[in-house]
Amino acid sequence: MKIKTLGAATIATFLAGAAWAQDQSIIVQSTTSTANSGLYDYLLPMFQEETGIQVNVVAVGTGQAIQNAENCDGDVLLVHAKPAEEAFVEAGYGTSRTDLMYNDFVIVGPEDDPVGVSGMEDVQAALSQIAEDGALFASRGDDSGTHKKEMALWSDAGIDPTEASGEWYRETGSGMGATLNSGIGMGAYVMTDRATWISFDNKQDYEIQVQGDEDMFNQYGVIPVSPEHCPSVNAEAAQTFSDWLVSNAGQEAIGSYMVADQQLFFPNAPAN
Amino acid sequence: MADAFGLALQLVFSGDPNLHEIVLLSLRVSLTATVLACLIGLPVGALVAIARFPGRNVVLIVMNALMGLPPVVVGLLVYLHLSRSGPLGFLGLLYTPTAMIIAQTILIAPIVAALSRQVLEDLHSEYAEQFRSLCLTKLQTVQALLWDARYSLLTVGLAGFGRAVAEVGAVIIVGGNIDHLTRVMTTAIALETSKGDLALALALGIILLVIALGVNAAVQSVRMTAARQAYV
Repeated sequence: MKIKTLGAATIATFLAGAAWAQDQSIIVQSTTSTANSGLYDYLLPMFQEETGIQVNVVAVGTGQAIQNAENCDGDVLLVHAKPAEEAFVEAGYGTSRTDLMYNDFVIVGPEDDPVGVSGMEDVQAALSQIAEDGALFASRGDDSGTHKKEMALWSDAGIDPTEASGEWYRETGSGMGATLNSGIGMGAYVMTDRATWISFDNKQDYEIQVQGDEDMFNQYGVIPVSPEHCPSVNAEAAQTFSDWLVSNAGQEAIGSYMVADQQLFFPNAPAN
Repeated sequence: MADAFGLALQLVFSGDPNLHEIVLLSLRVSLTATVLACLIGLPVGALVAIARFPGRNVVLIVMNALMGLPPVVVGLLVYLHLSRSGPLGFLGLLYTPTAMIIAQTILIAPIVAALSRQVLEDLHSEYAEQFRSLCLTKLQTVQALLWDARYSLLTVGLAGFGRAVAEVGAVIIVGGNIDHLTRVMTTAIALETSKGDLALALALGIILLVIALGVNAAVQSVRMTAARQAYV
């Protein structure tokens, strides 16, 4: 009897806690780079102080974030795969998509650069070189924003690396950090977003080898999840958060975030 | 390694409030799951231990096989049920500690059931004739067995707790590793590893091990105190 009462009380407390949290907070389904680089730790306290809204971040790959948002398990989607984001809005899952900020992708590799791609600006030429020499290349292989971008770049270069999957092309099926850890462990080239790379602590002898191609542009977007598709979302708070990010205050905050004296994200929301 | 030990000591003795919060949540989630798993698993284990029915062997095989439930699969199943688009979505439990407790309970209840079944069955075969001569009912038999095997069953509970506190696959899916809300030791370790901060990740791992040691030591001391008093 005692145990039953205790159990019921515990469950009641949990349910009450969950209901309370819902009014005061939103869940952001996010790509990992913005979380792992510490951007949210920098932005969210400012936002919370201004609005009183608690923002809870679930950082997963872009593919999983979109899927979770489609399942109504988030109030805001913040990812970096423009075509997939536009499809999300078009399908009626999100209210509208706004450009938020950008940075770029880079290819990192060991210092001794076995295939000599160091300093190359033409990413297609660099990828062709890697494929031709069969140098190890570690791919996310997880349908994330970075993985989608990487596949598009291979396809532009006219190469299907998955034919060599398990040979020189290694699909880790993991997040950016895990892929960097294993890529560095096996001496493979890895494509990563610059923010994750700058804030990554286990670089060992790795350096940026390929950067600067226009094709390596990395655009982030923000989308409030549609209350018509998901009646459970906190639409008002989600819109407030999205509006704040693209407002002057939010954009300035994003631009002022530095790691190791380098700016990680460049705000580019349309002026309002 | 040396770095990690130094960092672990520093984290513990600086009284880092974040660490404090993460450790407490880990204990709260995994201990609650262990208690719930025992409430479910022990009666099931006891019943299967003394009951004889057709297909019992199949039940035994299934129970034992469920000890190997992959955490990530449990996480996914619980996610699909608790998701807003799932059958229990209206409860709003996804990304809460409650969801993590549910997932870990499902993960370890079979361990408690299968191990306690073996312990109780062995004990039962020893006492079966005595029980028969006393004309005990099934319920009385179960009660007597559970009480007599209580110290062995503590170890069974610890096995469940060990599995719960060490797993990351289920809690990261249903909890979301949200800072100050659902971040526990294992998901924090996974996060620091993905940030490439291997020293911090290892330091957290060392702290987690020490916590597991602490829980086991606490249970052991309870057991020894109780055993000593039984002989006084």
